[in-house]
Amino acid sequence: MKTTVKTAPRSAERCSVEQCSVEHDRYLLRLRRRRRLVTLLRVLLLCALTGAWEAAGRTGLVDPFIISSPTRVLKTISNLWQSGELMPHIFTTLYETVIGFVIGTAVGTAIAAALWFCPSANAVLDPYLVVLNALPKIALGPILIVWVGAGPSAIIVMALLVSTVVTVMSVLAGFLETGQESARLMQTLGATRLQTFFKVVFPASIPTIMSALKISVGMSWVGVIVGEYLVSRRGLGYLIVYGGQVFKLDLVMASIVILCLLAAAMYYAVALLEKAIDKRFGRG
Amino acid sequence: MDDTVALLEGVRLIYHEPRRETLAVEGLDMSVKRGELVSVVGPSGCGKTSVLSLISGLYRPSAGKVTVLGVSPEEARDSIGYMLQTDRLLDWRTIEKNVLLGLEVKGRLNAQTRQYANELLEKYGLGQFKEHYPRQLSGGMRQRAALVRTLAFSPELLLLDEPFSALDYQTRLILEDEVRSIIKRGGYTAVLVTHDISEAIAMGDRVLVFSNRPARIKREFSVDITGSALERRAAADFRRLFDEIWRELY
Repeated sequence: MKTTVKTAPRSAERCSVEQCSVEHDRYLLRLRRRRRLVTLLRVLLLCALTGAWEAAGRTGLVDPFIISSPTRVLKTISNLWQSGELMPHIFTTLYETVIGFVIGTAVGTAIAAALWFCPSANAVLDPYLVVLNALPKIALGPILIVWVGAGPSAIIVMALLVSTVVTVMSVLAGFLETGQESARLMQTLGATRLQTFFKVVFPASIPTIMSALKISVGMSWVGVIVGEYLVSRRGLGYLIVYGGQVFKLDLVMASIVILCLLAAAMYYAVALLEKAIDKRFGRG
Repeated sequence: MDDTVALLEGVRLIYHEPRRETLAVEGLDMSVKRGELVSVVGPSGCGKTSVLSLISGLYRPSAGKVTVLGVSPEEARDSIGYMLQTDRLLDWRTIEKNVLLGLEVKGRLNAQTRQYANELLEKYGLGQFKEHYPRQLSGGMRQRAALVRTLAFSPELLLLDEPFSALDYQTRLILEDEVRSIIKRGGYTAVLVTHDISEAIAMGDRVLVFSNRPARIKREFSVDITGSALERRAAADFRRLFDEIWRELY
C-alpha cells in the first residue's frame, strides 16, 4: 500500500482506508467512468427516441394526429395542469394503486403464512390458486361492477385481485424454500411451528417478500388501469380510454407518459424500502 | 438413575416414500454412558445421521425402543443438544442473539441463562464478536458459535453430526481439539457422527463402526489413548487403530 497518493476519489466509492494505492485509485476511476458512461448513454437514448418521435411528426413521415409528439404531449399536460384537472386525475389513480398494493401485499402475505402453517390446506387449495392465477382478472370486471358498484371500490378490488394472487404464490414459495433449510435447526431446538415461522421462516423470507413487492407494484398498476378502463370517470386510465374514444392521441400519450413516471417512482420507492430493510436486518 | 444416558434397543427405522421404502436402521443396540464421547463411523449413506435423529427424537423408531436419561427422547428434549453439519446461524441475528436462540425457543431466557451464555462466549473466544453478524466471522468461529448455541441451554447429551466437515483441514484439527476438551471438561456426554476415521479416533473414547445400510454396529473399538485430540493423533496406537477400522470399513 503506497502512501504517496494525494488525490482521493471524490465519488461514492471512496476507499475505506485512509490512503490507497495508485492502482486502486485507477481502478476506482475506471469504475466511475464506466458508471458515467452508462448514465450518459441512457440520457442519449432517451433524447434520441424523443427526437425521432418529434421529427417523425414534423417531417410528415407519420401523421402527428396518430402518433402525437413530445411537444404536443407537453402542451397537453400543461393544459391539463392549467385547467386544474391534472392533479385530481393523478391523485385518483395513485390513491387506488397505493391502497390496492398495500392491502394486496398484506392480505397476500397473510394468506401465504396461513398456507405455510397448514400444509393440508395448501395441498387442497393449490389447484384453486393455480386457476385464480391463470385467470385473466379482467374477466371478473363485470361481476365486480355488479357486486361492489361502478366506482373507485371496484377499481381497488380489481387491483387487489390482480396483486394478491401473485403475492400469495411467490411469498409462499419463498416460505417453503427458506423454511426447509433452517426448520431442521429449529426442530433440534424443540421449537414449535409458530416459533419456527416467526424466528426463522419469516425473517429469512424478507428478501423474497421484497421481490414479490416489486412484482405486485406492477400488478397493482395493471389492476387499477384495467379497473379505470371499465368503470371510472376519473384517473389516468379513464383519460387514456376517453382520449382513445374521441381520437385525442395527445391525451392518450400524455397520460401514458405520466403513468410511466409514476410507476417508475413507485418501483424505486419499493426498492428503497428494500434497501432500508436489508440494512435493518444486518444484511446491508 | 443408572449411568446410561442414551439407550437404543432393537431399533429399526424405515423411511417411507410413495414409490419405495428404505430400511435405514435394523436391529440396532447401542448405549452411551455418562461422560462418554462415542464416535460413530460408517460408509456414507449408512444411516449414521438417522441414529442421531432417533436419539434426539426427531424421528420415532419403526420398531424397538429409544431411551434418553431414562425417558423418551421427546421428554428429554431440553437435555439434548444437537449440532448440525453446517452452523445454520441466522444472518439477521448477532452472534449473541444466535446463541440465545435455543433458550428463547424453550422459554428459558432470563438474566441468569443469558449471563451463562455470555460466559460461554467469553470462554470460547467469541466475547468480542458477540455484536457481530455471522457473515463477519470465519468458518471456524461460526461453528464455534453454533457449539455455544448448543451448549447455552445446558444439555446433558450432545449429538454432533459431522460438525467439522464444512471446515478447512487446519481449522478442523483445532476445533476437534477444542471441542473434545470442552466436552471432557464440561462433563458432557456426546455422540459424534463422522465419516472421517482419524477424527473418530482423535475425538472418541469409543469408536462404533457401522455396517452398510441397514445400519447396525459391526464392530466396536475402545480408544485407550490419553491426551487431547491433537496429542492422540500423534500416538503410536492411533495408526494401529486407524488401520483396523479402515479394514473393517472397506
